[in-house]
Amino acid sequence: MTIFKSFTIKAAGLTALLTGLYGAAGALPHPAHAQASDASSAAFASPRHFGQKDGAALYQAICQGCHMPDAKGATGAGTYPALAGNPNLEAAGYPVAMVVHGQKAMPPIGEFLDDDQVAAVVNYVRTHFGNHYTDAVTAADVKAAR
Amino acid sequence: MGFRDMKRRDLLSLIGTVAGSAVMYQAATSLGLAAETTYKGPIKLDGDAKGASILILGAGVAGLVAAIELRKAGYKVQVLEYREKAGGRSWSLRGGDTYTELGGFKQTVGFDPGLYINPGPWRIPYHHRAVLDYCHRYGVALEPFNQVNYNAYLHSAKAYGGKPQRFREIQADYHGHVAELLAKLTHQNALDGTVTKEDQEKLLESLRAWGGLDKNYAYAASLDSSNVRGYEKAPGGGVNGAPVPSTPASLSDVMQGGLWRFLGMGLRDEFQSTIFQPVGGMDQFPAALARQVKDLIRFNTKVTQIHQDDHGVTVTYTDTVKGGAPQTAKADWCLCTIPLSVLSQIKLNVGPKMANAISAVPYEAAAKVGLQFKRRFWEQDEAIYGGISFTDLPIAMIGYPNSGYGSPGKGVLLGTYVFGAYAMEYTAMPPEERIKRALAYGAQIHPQYTKEFDTGVAVGWHRVPWTLGCHASWTEETRAAHYQDLCQVDGRIALAGEHASYITGWQEGAVLSSLDAVTRLHQRVVTA
Repeated sequence: MTIFKSFTIKAAGLTALLTGLYGAAGALPHPAHAQASDASSAAFASPRHFGQKDGAALYQAICQGCHMPDAKGATGAGTYPALAGNPNLEAAGYPVAMVVHGQKAMPPIGEFLDDDQVAAVVNYVRTHFGNHYTDAVTAADVKAAR
Repeated sequence: MGFRDMKRRDLLSLIGTVAGSAVMYQAATSLGLAAETTYKGPIKLDGDAKGASILILGAGVAGLVAAIELRKAGYKVQVLEYREKAGGRSWSLRGGDTYTELGGFKQTVGFDPGLYINPGPWRIPYHHRAVLDYCHRYGVALEPFNQVNYNAYLHSAKAYGGKPQRFREIQADYHGHVAELLAKLTHQNALDGTVTKEDQEKLLESLRAWGGLDKNYAYAASLDSSNVRGYEKAPGGGVNGAPVPSTPASLSDVMQGGLWRFLGMGLRDEFQSTIFQPVGGMDQFPAALARQVKDLIRFNTKVTQIHQDDHGVTVTYTDTVKGGAPQTAKADWCLCTIPLSVLSQIKLNVGPKMANAISAVPYEAAAKVGLQFKRRFWEQDEAIYGGISFTDLPIAMIGYPNSGYGSPGKGVLLGTYVFGAYAMEYTAMPPEERIKRALAYGAQIHPQYTKEFDTGVAVGWHRVPWTLGCHASWTEETRAAHYQDLCQVDGRIALAGEHASYITGWQEGAVLSSLDAVTRLHQRVVTA
């Protein structure tokens, strides 16, 4: 039971919640501009799926909410770790698993992204903010991690 | 007091005292009081606390209720709170408040005196008996929260030419067409064999009344349908008093328009009338609780470690204002109400089962935007008094103030309330950009936005420093694997909060969880 539990069709966290807010599963409008790759027109494409395609746009639409625009993280009662210069990113499987499944304060984002999007944002973070890991993640890697 | 003068609750207290709570619950059920809640009335922590001490971590609703009840039961209570005030997520933002979210984005709220938004909880349903009991006990004034307003809008950019429709019209058209269809089937004898002739007659009669059908069982432009969906020209007085019926939308337009999706919310248990809000903001509820225990709370206190051994619990903390070396607080027991998003990062020596449970629950993303306008145009121009308009735009809804009707001055709307992907996108934006988005979308429903906007404030819950998220997000799988482990007393430590309830995201869950944890801790103390 959540704030919107009454609408939930299946108990699967965010998807269920949004299904509740926006109606029956599969009945959601999905605007054409969801397919655009430009960050600004892809914003707010759908309550259940991000419209952005490239890594930078995905980072700006999702990750920087917690990890911040400079990827240096933030601290309050708890901490969002810095992704900038983060040695945990060396093993590509780690950020892939974090994005798909989440852990502790990191919510799972996998249900809102397709495999290409996860790969794009992981590759972006691993090659920016002082990270230089050039072994790119593929959509197949992401699929295997789901 | 003679028996005749006894109120039902007094009788229940008597039965509860004599026979224990199980019997009282049965009695309450038979009196029609308790079916919709597991709240059994004020808890009674009987037995000797033996001078035991307890540390309560967090001065939100769960922690405050525990502090009140445990002190009453004879415990030495200390409360440690990260924020500068009590309430946690039960929070209101008013003019003059400053709010700095994670990342250092600072907002100063420019609302006029008396105007506010509740970034967190904003409703108290009538069956949230525990919260209401504490409200009544500590003098929290309540007023109605209008969940369903028939004159508010339902809107889709892709239906009805993007023009907002009145809730009343969509509901009437949906009901009307369904009623007409069922009446047709009945007249075509399609229900024969399934429904008796006598029941079919009653069914037809009820469909006519419920659906606003005319005497031919048609849902069409008529005074019958207009009596439900409203008129083209409303009944008036004098020579021009005669009403003109309105014309319903076609069945296809109703179905394809999709606005029927928004009709169901107010029908659900959690959103049925009556719903309340505290007068003056949701924070009036925790403020009233905090007044009872204000001498027990240490504010600006960030917990960094929780350690238990055979002798007690030691909590290490830092003072977020004064700084300095870490300090410790000690007690025999600990009730921890810290959200799991934060607690999962704090060093804590509990067993593996509870530790796994603490790490297994992510927190929902949510965002709210409050918008102040120079005048209450929704009332003055559109006769919308309180309640909510719904849209498939990324603002999801517009919440109108449920008080101050007809005030000549400024007014504050809730201009966005979203979860999921939209909430993450809002959270990732600077606050002023969130407000800009809320205005651009909302102007599609209320064109007055453009001219009348004054100032706003925006909250993305993953950037709220004291919770790092909105509320616990359980699934059937994580409930099955971890919920019981989360709720057990581990040595000298118990957890409480909305996350340790089946009413996540509601204050009622926090209170019921807290009362349950406190009761079980107390049993340990008494029997130790």
